[in-house]
Amino acid sequence: MMMTLRALAFCAVALTAPLAAADEPRGTGALGIVIERTAGSVLIVDTVNRAVTGRVTGLGDLSHASAVFSPDGRYAYVFGRDGGLTKVDLLAGAIAKRTIQAGNAIGGAISDDGTLVAVSNYEPGGVRVFDAATLAPLADIAAIGANGKTSKTVGLVDLPGRRFAYALYDADEIWIADFSGGDAPKITKLTGIGRLPYDGNVTPDGRHYLVGLFGEDGVVHVDLWKQPLQARRILDNYGRGEERLPVYKMPHFEGWASAGDVMLIPAVGRHELIAVDRRSFREVGRIATSGQPIFAVARPDGRHAWVNFATPHNNMIDVVDTTTLSVVHRFAAGPAVLHMEFTPRGHEVWVSVRDANRVQVYDTSSFARKAELEAQHPSGIFFTARAGRIGQ
Amino acid sequence: MLVLNAASYAADGTPDATRLANLVRQDCGACHGLTLRGGLGKPLTVDHLRQWDREQMVHIILEGVPGTPMPGWRPLLTETEARWIADRLKQGTLP
Repeated sequence: MMMTLRALAFCAVALTAPLAAADEPRGTGALGIVIERTAGSVLIVDTVNRAVTGRVTGLGDLSHASAVFSPDGRYAYVFGRDGGLTKVDLLAGAIAKRTIQAGNAIGGAISDDGTLVAVSNYEPGGVRVFDAATLAPLADIAAIGANGKTSKTVGLVDLPGRRFAYALYDADEIWIADFSGGDAPKITKLTGIGRLPYDGNVTPDGRHYLVGLFGEDGVVHVDLWKQPLQARRILDNYGRGEERLPVYKMPHFEGWASAGDVMLIPAVGRHELIAVDRRSFREVGRIATSGQPIFAVARPDGRHAWVNFATPHNNMIDVVDTTTLSVVHRFAAGPAVLHMEFTPRGHEVWVSVRDANRVQVYDTSSFARKAELEAQHPSGIFFTARAGRIGQ
Repeated sequence: MLVLNAASYAADGTPDATRLANLVRQDCGACHGLTLRGGLGKPLTVDHLRQWDREQMVHIILEGVPGTPMPGWRPLLTETEARWIADRLKQGTLP
């Protein structure tokens, strides 16, 4: 009888797929979200069962949306293009809080202690910081550079010590906002770093902040363990005077491959990745790819990186071996591959294929396709394992 | 799947509206916003585009804007297609 009841209960769960059976406590380690960019919704997904467990609607314009997680992995903070900041409860499958914090936003970050959510804005520019519990505004940091221009901000990440780093697209600067003393930040500004910084990221240890330049062939490096902070150019003139190809989509530093002894950085306007030594920050090789790389995402163990591309090669995925710096697998995954997210320990990877209205799940050892999930124009995929990682 | 390097036309020779509208929203939208109200790139709204005439817009679409991230789309679009896009954006009638 006991067994029968349990079996029945299991069937009910499977059929209605509630996010949390009211009587059954559960963790969130296997959960994540998939952005449905045109519908303004997110799917809540379960990576163990490779299943969609719910859809949360009403999040506004989610083109270029991204998300971070509360330290307990229960809440996703979703940053919409229209300035919407939405706190989604993964267990309840519902919006917990929502605010429209600006006119046009590009992404965000959560502080290491989980108390501050920062959002990077295009309109009106700058960075706004909110209470992670209530989404009440705490700080509004205008980004006016030494050139007097109000700037869009890009490459916003959290740093250890209740700090955030970001770059000023229109002012060629990097700013570090330090909230360790309270809700009024102390700002350190690094000026004249190079033209048009377009994105940035921090290494998984929180030590090195790297910013890509669009206006010049180069990358800017800040060693956050060295005082005073300095912006240093690396990969200077990596194009060696060659004409770059037209860039149909800006590369992303989010999820970049910091793997083994190297980092793989997309070369703007080129069909290649640049391999950079993680200690010297010197170029150690190039990898010819199927197109202009958008994301180069390291599998959690660092052995492989999965790479997707700008249109017109955005149907392709290249898998790069980070020890030999060669492409070991290359395949057409489908029309408009936008994002890739690994399961926490990397045995599988979820791939959003926008124009097929599908998320495809692959085994990362055999490259076999394990599952397909329906999703409306899926873009970003974010799993709760990010909650425990610096810079994510 | 989008085959972007091959111009696609309906039987009567007019540009493929579905394909081009999708390209504008999704690919131009990567910088200009899915709703075309701007992002890293400028807004593509009727108001904002009033400062350029049709031929200037066709030129910007095909050749790009040097010194900015705006690329030239000539490898992927014909002049007829660029004109179609410029007209729809200027009129605010993108399907």
